[in-house]
Amino acid sequence: MRNDIAAAVDAALAEVAATASAASLAALSGSLVGRKSPLGQLKSKLGSIADIDERKAIGQVLNDAMLTVEAAFATKRAECEAAELEAQMAREGIDLTERVAESRRGRTHLVTQATQRLEDVFVGLGFQVAEGPEVESDFYNFEALNMPKSHPARSMWDTLFVESADAGSVVLRTHTSPVQIRVMQDWVPPIYAVMPGRVFRRDTPDATHMPVFHQIEGLVIDRNISFRDLAGTIEAFTKAFFGADFTSRLRPSYFPFTEPSAEFDIRRANGSWIELGGCGMVHPNVLRAGGLDPEEWSGFAFGFGIDRMAKERHSIDDMREMYTNDLRFLRQFP
Amino acid sequence: MKVLLSWLNEFADFSDDVDVLVDELTALGMPVEETIFAGTKVPGVVVAQVLRTERHPDAEKVHRVYLTTDGSNELHVWCGAFNMKAGDKVPLAKLGTRMPDGREILRRGILGIDSEGMCCSAQELDLNDDHGGILILPADLPLGADVFDALGVTTDIVFDLDLTRNRPDCWGHMGVARDLAARLRRPVGTDSVGESSHPLHPLSIDIPDEASCGRFTATVVKNIRVTQSPQWLQDRIARSGMRPINNIVDASNYVMLERNQPTHAYDLRSVESGFRVRFAKVGETLVTLDGATRELHGADIVIANGADVAVGLGGVMGGLDSEVVGSTTAIALEVAWFPPDTVNESAARHGLRSEASARFERGADPWGLEAGAWRFIEILRLTCPNLEVHGAPQVTVNGACPPPSTDVVLRLAQVERILGVPLTSRQVADLIEPIGYRCAGEGTKITVSIPSWRPDSTSEIDVIEEVARHYGYEALGKSVPNSTVHGRLSGVQQRRRLVHSVLTEGGWSEAMPNPFLDPGAAKLAGVDDALQLAIVNPLVAEESMLRVSLRPGLLRSLAYNQSHRVEGIHLYEVGHVYPRGANALPDEEEMLCVMSLDETDGELAALRSWSLLVDALSFGAQIDAKSTPPGYHPGRSATLRRGKQVIGAMGELSPVVLRNHGVAGRVSCLELSLGVVLREEPKPVAAKVVSRFPSSDIDLAFVVAESVAAADIHRGLKSAAGNLAVSLELFDVYRGKGVQEGARSLAYRLRLQAPDRTLTDDEVAGIRAKCIAAAEKLGARLR
Repeated sequence: MRNDIAAAVDAALAEVAATASAASLAALSGSLVGRKSPLGQLKSKLGSIADIDERKAIGQVLNDAMLTVEAAFATKRAECEAAELEAQMAREGIDLTERVAESRRGRTHLVTQATQRLEDVFVGLGFQVAEGPEVESDFYNFEALNMPKSHPARSMWDTLFVESADAGSVVLRTHTSPVQIRVMQDWVPPIYAVMPGRVFRRDTPDATHMPVFHQIEGLVIDRNISFRDLAGTIEAFTKAFFGADFTSRLRPSYFPFTEPSAEFDIRRANGSWIELGGCGMVHPNVLRAGGLDPEEWSGFAFGFGIDRMAKERHSIDDMREMYTNDLRFLRQFP
Repeated sequence: MKVLLSWLNEFADFSDDVDVLVDELTALGMPVEETIFAGTKVPGVVVAQVLRTERHPDAEKVHRVYLTTDGSNELHVWCGAFNMKAGDKVPLAKLGTRMPDGREILRRGILGIDSEGMCCSAQELDLNDDHGGILILPADLPLGADVFDALGVTTDIVFDLDLTRNRPDCWGHMGVARDLAARLRRPVGTDSVGESSHPLHPLSIDIPDEASCGRFTATVVKNIRVTQSPQWLQDRIARSGMRPINNIVDASNYVMLERNQPTHAYDLRSVESGFRVRFAKVGETLVTLDGATRELHGADIVIANGADVAVGLGGVMGGLDSEVVGSTTAIALEVAWFPPDTVNESAARHGLRSEASARFERGADPWGLEAGAWRFIEILRLTCPNLEVHGAPQVTVNGACPPPSTDVVLRLAQVERILGVPLTSRQVADLIEPIGYRCAGEGTKITVSIPSWRPDSTSEIDVIEEVARHYGYEALGKSVPNSTVHGRLSGVQQRRRLVHSVLTEGGWSEAMPNPFLDPGAAKLAGVDDALQLAIVNPLVAEESMLRVSLRPGLLRSLAYNQSHRVEGIHLYEVGHVYPRGANALPDEEEMLCVMSLDETDGELAALRSWSLLVDALSFGAQIDAKSTPPGYHPGRSATLRRGKQVIGAMGELSPVVLRNHGVAGRVSCLELSLGVVLREEPKPVAAKVVSRFPSSDIDLAFVVAESVAAADIHRGLKSAAGNLAVSLELFDVYRGKGVQEGARSLAYRLRLQAPDRTLTDDEVAGIRAKCIAAAEKLGARLR
């Protein structure tokens, strides 16, 4: 019987070795170690061995034989599967560079991009964001900003008027400053707000001016806000938005709605100055128009153009380019 | 305003480095736009005399000029100006001269005849802006002499200042010098008052309309001669941007440029009867100095003589008949103060904005009139040493005149509160007294007297600004406020950003078309223009209406891109529309418009944005396919509703609209009231447990008439399936063989699942039957 076992093992091992694929191996498994396999049949004959010791010994041999065959089978199956996956992967090669298409993603407008960047910096500095209407009343655009009717400073802006029952009382806002008044009226101080938005001037479009453009205004109202706080906030913004190697300076100027008033310039690392915008302490008359007591509250405001930021950031020569809405232009700026 | 360093130096010592002065002027709020080095000698330009001129038959635009620089040798040049005649002396740039504009004078001729130099205009030599012809030199200049030396041209440094409109005092050199000297802690010279040399020549001065003039002075000066001003004075006037005329006009302009004080000299013969200052009468006319006949308006200020005949338009321009002429030997000098608004309106009405009117508009000093008159006489005496002053200026003043000074109370605590720096009363006085503000009192409050030349300064905050300016903005330092507010975007703003990112991720790019439209643009885009508002003063008619819809603008952008052969046109805009409302202001609203040029018929690419937005923003609306929004394709569009409220539209744009815009193909569009959508804050979603039990799918295909919306079938199935339905998907739409004309097959997959058990076959069959019944009720037939 020992010889029979050895022969069956040899035969099974030969058969395993001769099988080439995982699939045919799987089909083979019953015929190698199953009940009907030569080894299985030998196992069923064990009971006929009378001598207990002999039966145990043969049983042990038979068990070992089956383990040998199963191990060979498992090894062979692993080899086959590995080879087959190898072959599959070899077959399935793809040129990935064919598959990397250009993005079909769209773009936000440069002005939106600049606005969002500015908003994010100011939010980081503790500001909220306020909005207001683009068509405004004379009151909000001028009168509440310390420019009563026939105030000569009104001619600082070329105003577009909108038809209305009371002629001249409705304007396309010439700046974002009217939102200051609305915020003062609607919010409860302390106020730390920026107000981005679209503004309008009766200007013929050229490389640096558009009749429709965008500004961002800042307003801080709190107890004991001073000119030093204005200068410090402008400086903090300058560093946060442009970079740590930029600095800022304020120099005297004139706006009807702030006093003291200033222009603010920022200085590049190379020492050159860029005029950025206007600012100042909110004029007491403006605080009053916003319903606040100038003896209790003080504050500052600042404002500058957004379009110009985008123009300089992307080295755009002509502002009008930004408003052609030509997708070939817009798609350049992710 | 052009300011000359030599002139500033007459008031204080400014021998500093030019860069320092530029920085200090900027720090005072008078930024220097340009620094010009004037009167720089051009070596090689000499005095020459014209001998004769000669036309050439083949040259129309030039002639030959024969000159001599030594009285014997003859030179000839080609010249394009014809204003000289034989005997005139002119500047000749000799060969090899390098002109101020950089070009070199070469022996280059025309018609084979060379040119031995160039005759120069005043502008070519940077002497003044006169380019009307060749500069004719005074006859007494020696031949061959350097022109600059012979004329006594002075050199100077000119600062072109960008002045703010609140500082009228700086429209004169004296004001700039006062500010600059204060900043540099330099003493400023004081005005000397002149003296009358002869008995008073009385002139009556009457101001019947007090509102027309607050203060008026007249001074009589005799024994004068009209001549040229000295060269240095002419240089100053020219470098300040004005034209030297004669000694009288130049003296007047000189005083104005020096102290922001306009003056006007009349020939005494025309005002011997005195002055009357009043508003113009109905129908009154005046021939002004420029020769124009002016119809006067009831709000124009008239200077009339004692016979009530108008001799000048007050604050704007003098009359022609009273002008100083060559034969004038005696003048009456008017120095007056007129109300700024009145002069402003008068100048605007007549389109006559002069250097004088501009100064009255900003505000001249009503109490500087006498000093102006004395200064005029002092300047005139340079050319008329024997002039006679017949009495000190004769003054009339009334209630319309601002006071000589204005007092305001300045609280030192307020100075610290606004500027952030504590200052003593002594420190404040040291800062603002040098610019003419007078401080009185000690302690926490002081009284500040503001001088009459600072009409902009009337309140405590105005004084604080002066303190800040002279303390130095930079010196005040920087601090950051201690805010208790935390920065954030509002919910609306966060959701607006989500709209931008959803759309850009979806392939749409943001456009910003002009919100101003042509009057016909709305109609062409199929938009109802009943509520469209007009701009009263548009730049151009094509941009004269305020949009009531984003569609016309975005369609134009789409058409532009298509005509430039751009691939993949997917655009959107987020922007305001401004329809007329019930109140004074329009019913302004924020809108979204998404537009795609479809690549295939029926693609409706823009509609994909609807699903993306609904999902991202968690909002819903009814898609009402039965009502066609204006401007859309009737069979391919829907109105978006919330109950009765229309919140938008979507679908394919009408072919008529596309044809109007020259767009080929098909365009899908979504329009949405963004305001409505963004204002809704979605509630946080409460989590539902995901069932661990097996699910069962039911596939159902129905034949549905085209007239029945898929959304209705969807809604019917969903409600029939009840709460065991976890999803319902329309996975196939089929038209063609096997389905009759006018209908299509809609195939749905319904997945059922219970949270607590495995569904039985009977339960699934029951729901299936209910769904079929519900669909059939809507007219669908199971395939």
